[in-house]
Amino acid sequence: MEFTRKNRQLLSRIATNDRHGENSHYFDGWKAYDSNPFHPIHNPDGVIQMGLAENPLCFDLIEKWIRENPDASICTAEGLDKFKDIAIYQDYHGLREFREAVAKFMGRVGGNRVTFDPNRIVMSGGATGANETAIFCLADPGDAFLVPSPYYAGFTRDLRWRTGVEIVPVHCKSSNNFRITRAALEEAYEKAQRSNINIKGVIITNPSNPLGTVLDKETMRSLVSFVTDKKIHLVSDEIYAATVFSSPRFISVAEVMQDMDCNRDLIHIVYSLSKDMGFPGFRVGIVYSFNDDVTNCARKMSSFGLVSSQTQFLLASMLSDDEFVGNFLRESSKRLAKRHHVFTKGLEEVGISTIKSNAGLFFWMDMRPLLKEQTTKAETELWRVIINKVKLNVSPGSSFLCSEPGWFRVCFANMDDKTVEVALDRIREFVLQGKEENNHEADKSQARAQRWRKQNLRLSFSSSRLYDESLMSPHMISPHSPIPHSPLVRART
Amino acid sequence: MTRTSSRSNLFSRSIGQVRISSRAISIAKPNESPYYIGLDKASEDPYDRLSNPDGVIQLGLSENRLCFDLIEKWMSENLGHSITGRDNGELNINGIATYQPFDGTMELKLAMAGFMSHIMGGAVTFEPSQMVLTAGATPAIETLCFCLADQGNAFLVPTPYYPGFDRDVKFRTGVELIPVHCRSTDNFALSVTALDQAFNQTRKHGTKIRGILLSNPANPVGNLLSREMLYAILDFAREKNIHVISDEIFAGSMYGNEEFVSMAEVLDSEGFDKNRVHIVYGLSKDLSLPGFRVGVIYSFNENVLAAARKLTRFSSVSAPTQRLLVSMLSDARFIEEYIKTNKRRLQNMHALFVAGLKGLNIRCADSSAGLYCWADMSKLISSYSEKGELELWDKLLNVGKINVTPGSACHCIEPGWFRCCFTTLAEEDIPVVLERIRKAVENTTDLLNSS
Repeated sequence: MEFTRKNRQLLSRIATNDRHGENSHYFDGWKAYDSNPFHPIHNPDGVIQMGLAENPLCFDLIEKWIRENPDASICTAEGLDKFKDIAIYQDYHGLREFREAVAKFMGRVGGNRVTFDPNRIVMSGGATGANETAIFCLADPGDAFLVPSPYYAGFTRDLRWRTGVEIVPVHCKSSNNFRITRAALEEAYEKAQRSNINIKGVIITNPSNPLGTVLDKETMRSLVSFVTDKKIHLVSDEIYAATVFSSPRFISVAEVMQDMDCNRDLIHIVYSLSKDMGFPGFRVGIVYSFNDDVTNCARKMSSFGLVSSQTQFLLASMLSDDEFVGNFLRESSKRLAKRHHVFTKGLEEVGISTIKSNAGLFFWMDMRPLLKEQTTKAETELWRVIINKVKLNVSPGSSFLCSEPGWFRVCFANMDDKTVEVALDRIREFVLQGKEENNHEADKSQARAQRWRKQNLRLSFSSSRLYDESLMSPHMISPHSPIPHSPLVRART
Repeated sequence: MTRTSSRSNLFSRSIGQVRISSRAISIAKPNESPYYIGLDKASEDPYDRLSNPDGVIQLGLSENRLCFDLIEKWMSENLGHSITGRDNGELNINGIATYQPFDGTMELKLAMAGFMSHIMGGAVTFEPSQMVLTAGATPAIETLCFCLADQGNAFLVPTPYYPGFDRDVKFRTGVELIPVHCRSTDNFALSVTALDQAFNQTRKHGTKIRGILLSNPANPVGNLLSREMLYAILDFAREKNIHVISDEIFAGSMYGNEEFVSMAEVLDSEGFDKNRVHIVYGLSKDLSLPGFRVGVIYSFNENVLAAARKLTRFSSVSAPTQRLLVSMLSDARFIEEYIKTNKRRLQNMHALFVAGLKGLNIRCADSSAGLYCWADMSKLISSYSEKGELELWDKLLNVGKINVTPGSACHCIEPGWFRCCFTTLAEEDIPVVLERIRKAVENTTDLLNSS
């Protein structure tokens, strides 16, 4: 004991604090999966992984391309003559062909409405490294970034752990489909100012993780003008840009900037191939800044997370193959759309709704009807049931800092069709079972509903109360109905 | 275009417009260190015997090009192990494209453990479970600093040292490096007295020392730490309750007859406190694969390993590269041949180069390893100072068209020393290099009085 304590004292604060965020429920579910992973034959009762946003749907296309293009790989007869030069290449600028190919790909993903400059392409260790590098370049320890919630659980680590920078969430609400409003941004900014918190910028994911929605032009313009007004930065994590599978189309911040009066030095994009191409193992992260100093600084920092030259070489070739890229993007969208449809339809049939989404590798599922009460505690209880009884690893909204309890992110791309069926069956069974149990609870819930009604008529809707987790979300109190509905009552109908 | 924009940035920053972080302001500035300036110049106008004979000869980047033929031969004999690997003859990208353990696959760790053991003469066994793989030795060093020290703390580092340490340790961690000066009088050997002095002085100024950062074999000098010195360092570290980071990236680049002793070997045999020792390794030097980004943190401290594993989220080895290397590193016969041949060729180049410099009355420090020699050109500088040294460096680069690393970039306390990497050369390039040095210092009398 004594030795361990002394041992830990030998370590830094960073090594011993929990700003890495791995103690969050987001990762608990993964642990549950790791210890009991589903397999259709060997472990049909195992936990199905629906918490990992991976995209293997188009691996067959990639395998085919690799097989047909042996000279793109330095470890084949055709590519061997390049081996020496590639193996020795460690320049942090990155291979020119790689940067050109990535710039072209990013342009394509944005619908060819923007041309990206290969000289602004800076490498990093995955998008994880890219987000962290961006923060290292833009903020000092103790500064803060505004982050619209719900947001990617990994931001807790990527934006904060080693940088010492804080996150100030900007809570978005289901009442307007979690849109980021100027008013919410302004309010969060003012509040931070009053508390002497130095806001250095805003970071968004577009398409959104966990919502799976694309930001519309108006919201994008509003964000750009907000940061220009306040002279703070905007980091747009566009890692899911090519996972858009139906309209409306993806609009990069780069596109929006083109016909706006804004300060380009404030705009930075984070990109990666982990989601769009399904290559998380390759560790390809990109920082693309319109600010020269940030580009220079990030490039020097890229030494800490350069992309393997072998990988750069392969991707330079693959992403320059226009026909392949066109076909891949089309197929990928098709397969994602189909998978998305299968799931959302299946859920609809049992009365589970999801936020209307057209991108990402997941959907944002509304389980509020199944909550015993609208609290984070109840959400956690429900989540434990889903993990342990239903055996699905889904991610609870609280791990995304969602201010409304009851939402869950469900990843749909990282499994085969058979597993999809099993997952849907399990959800259907659980929901129907839940409805039966609710009937027994009806009397209890009526009494509870009475109490709520009495309470709510006395309450005012001042914004500070909205963060109080014990208060029902205002959405539940429909403006069209004079009487608030109990969620349990709703589930019955 | 870049220049103008930067200037306008400077302007706008000065009137409080766009604020980036404090560290970014200093990092974004153009490189002032001759180490980087020289590298840039050499890469802009690289020498090629046939196509660009007047280009800059690169002697400032410690790269080993001597044994690529062996690696290419291995590749051509072991094809089919492409990036996707074999799976009953079918390609299977699923295994490498998806998320992998961020600290490296167990297969690669096993292969790396075997390789490291082999490289160090079989004198020590490495445990894969104590290994964390990173995207190069650069993030390995940075990661360890993040784990072992807080912002404002410091590491002691013997000088002269690898210029990259200034980036690896200081850029983002906020940790300082305190030089522990070594001198030519004893061939730049480290002494505990010097360590102690530096420790006490730093403490007086209110800075907390968290550890010692060593490179063994040393860069840029190329000498080794003796077994006795390793014991002494470990004793010192225990007495002061600090860590030891031993960067052993050149362990397999031996050309001398001295025996290399790893920290791991010493810990194995004696009863030292293992919890404070961490070894860094990588494939950039010994196996000439700097582009692939493969580094190792090897520690005996479970808490450090646990933290380092989480930090590899930011710097993981690319999966296709992991797959390729497992095959290569596991081929014991190949590795054996490679190590033997590499040593022979290193010995040869080293001997030729050092003899060549001797012919110009330039002597080198005694060294047994590395891809470079540490040359004393103090007699050729106009004034015995950093200024004089940099003037000579500039002459060598711009007149002589050779890029060497001046000692001041390595924080050497004695002016006039230069690191010259010889492993990017072919034998026939050596006379060209010597001629260019001669030309660059033509009017220096000492050179003309060469023996």
